[in-house]
Amino acid sequence: MDLTVNLGGIKLKNPVAVASGTFGYGLEYADFIEPEKIGAVIVKGTTLHPRPGNPGPRIYETPAGMLNAIGLENPGIEVFLREYLPRLRERQVTVISNIAGNSIEEYALMASLLQGQEGIAGIELNISCPNVKQGGIQFGTDPETVRQVVAAVKKETSLPVIPKLSPNVTDIAAIALAAAEGGADALSMINTLGGMAIDINRRKPVLGNVFGGLSGPAIKPVALKMIYQVYREVDLPILGGGGIVNHIDALEFFMAGAAAVSIGTGNFVNPCLALELLEGMEKYMQEQGFSSIQELVGIAHT
Amino acid sequence: MPSLEKARIISNSKQYHNLYIMEIEAPKTAKQCKPGQFLHIRSNPGLDPLLRRPLSLYDVDKKAAKISLLYKVVGKGTALLADMLPGENLDIMGPLGRGFSLPESAKKCLLVGGGVGMAPLLYLARELRRGGNELLVLYGVGNEKELLALERLEAIGSQVQIATIDGSRGLKGPLIPPLFSEILSNERIEFIYSCGPESMMKLWQEWAGINHIAGEVSLEEYMACGVGACLGCARKARPDNEFYVKICKDGPVFRLDELELE
Repeated sequence: MDLTVNLGGIKLKNPVAVASGTFGYGLEYADFIEPEKIGAVIVKGTTLHPRPGNPGPRIYETPAGMLNAIGLENPGIEVFLREYLPRLRERQVTVISNIAGNSIEEYALMASLLQGQEGIAGIELNISCPNVKQGGIQFGTDPETVRQVVAAVKKETSLPVIPKLSPNVTDIAAIALAAAEGGADALSMINTLGGMAIDINRRKPVLGNVFGGLSGPAIKPVALKMIYQVYREVDLPILGGGGIVNHIDALEFFMAGAAAVSIGTGNFVNPCLALELLEGMEKYMQEQGFSSIQELVGIAHT
Repeated sequence: MPSLEKARIISNSKQYHNLYIMEIEAPKTAKQCKPGQFLHIRSNPGLDPLLRRPLSLYDVDKKAAKISLLYKVVGKGTALLADMLPGENLDIMGPLGRGFSLPESAKKCLLVGGGVGMAPLLYLARELRRGGNELLVLYGVGNEKELLALERLEAIGSQVQIATIDGSRGLKGPLIPPLFSEILSNERIEFIYSCGPESMMKLWQEWAGINHIAGEVSLEEYMACGVGACLGCARKARPDNEFYVKICKDGPVFRLDELELE
């Protein structure tokens, strides 16, 4: 059974990654799952300077999902490179770094800092975090800005670049095409859907940040549809995710057009999910007569 | 090292109103437990509720590999937990978090537990007694039927003073320092542990400060991952701090001098 994947130049030993923001810097779950066995660990979104994140409450459970408004809390890229990356490198974890900038220049600067760092397989561009306000600029929702961010990053690095697309747009295919024009090597989709909850006793929004991002099984149909759509229009490998909690979900994503999948909220429910999924997928493939995962990619398109 | 385990439910029964005690058999997990840590449990194999629930270690019998959990039914997750039957499996992850520290030499310790906040203090009391510490436990509840831990606390040899809001047992009133001023004036307390409503713990933090007594408190917060990966259960240790601590990983137990309660 061939489960290896080439995701825009990143060689993955298996097609299941863990999504940024749900797996810390890769070792928080090490008592439960060996991170080096996971297809790729996309580490917590990192910014140029440390960020404290949003005031609480930062999370809230909703039917078959959860809202989060962490606000990109992170120690900054220098600390990531100095303190976290060496430990991941030592364990030979396939690391995809996730970066978020305040400006096109900042994305480019961070890409240049990652360039040449041993142990980083690729860069995921967070252009879609719903919980951070940056002077009114929303990088992920304007096609021209997306093209410029991706192009600026590509200029600074030879690493594969994977923009993570926001579902909070009218036409995701237009954004995906712009990312491709900018030189993206693959696409990651989808980030969380904007959402909120209200506490009827306090008569106030639940989340400290008022708005948050919805994730979990509740958003799976939305994610599938967007991946299906983008697969038809853009010739780039897709890292697909959104509410995957079992191998059936994962298979749906491959069939919609994902070349690899990412587990996000599902990690909180079952920290071993990223590896347990593989067993279910392999069993399905065996029974149905598939020998390579690539045969399943986009198979639902007629 | 914490682990994932399918624990077998030995018993699970309503004690009073919405208070339940569940006893589970968890050979892998039980032997790793320290007072003040928590288990991240999944009360439902379906998708709603989706997330695990953190529950304190109420009591642990390492020899018998048994763990007791005291919980209050407050929402969907705990309601499903209350419906689980002996013989069924409970999906547990843990033990997680930083627990209480135990004194190196025997001390006179004050334990202050408000309501279901007694949950992490019983196992602590057991371990403190094992280490030869002398215990004064202040146990505050609404009415005497909620004093679920009382028998076990007395059985391990702790001195227990009770406060009930309705006056059905012990002193009448909330679990705050003035109510116990006479009792405490005769004691030489060397360390304080507390768990319960934060406003109550704040008063005990002030009391400890005035009397120069060190101590620890256990906090709670909504959690997703339970291991410091998602950064969801954040709070500021002090209001003017720039950065946040995570209840699941930096806590749930904090030293009194580490944080300012609100």
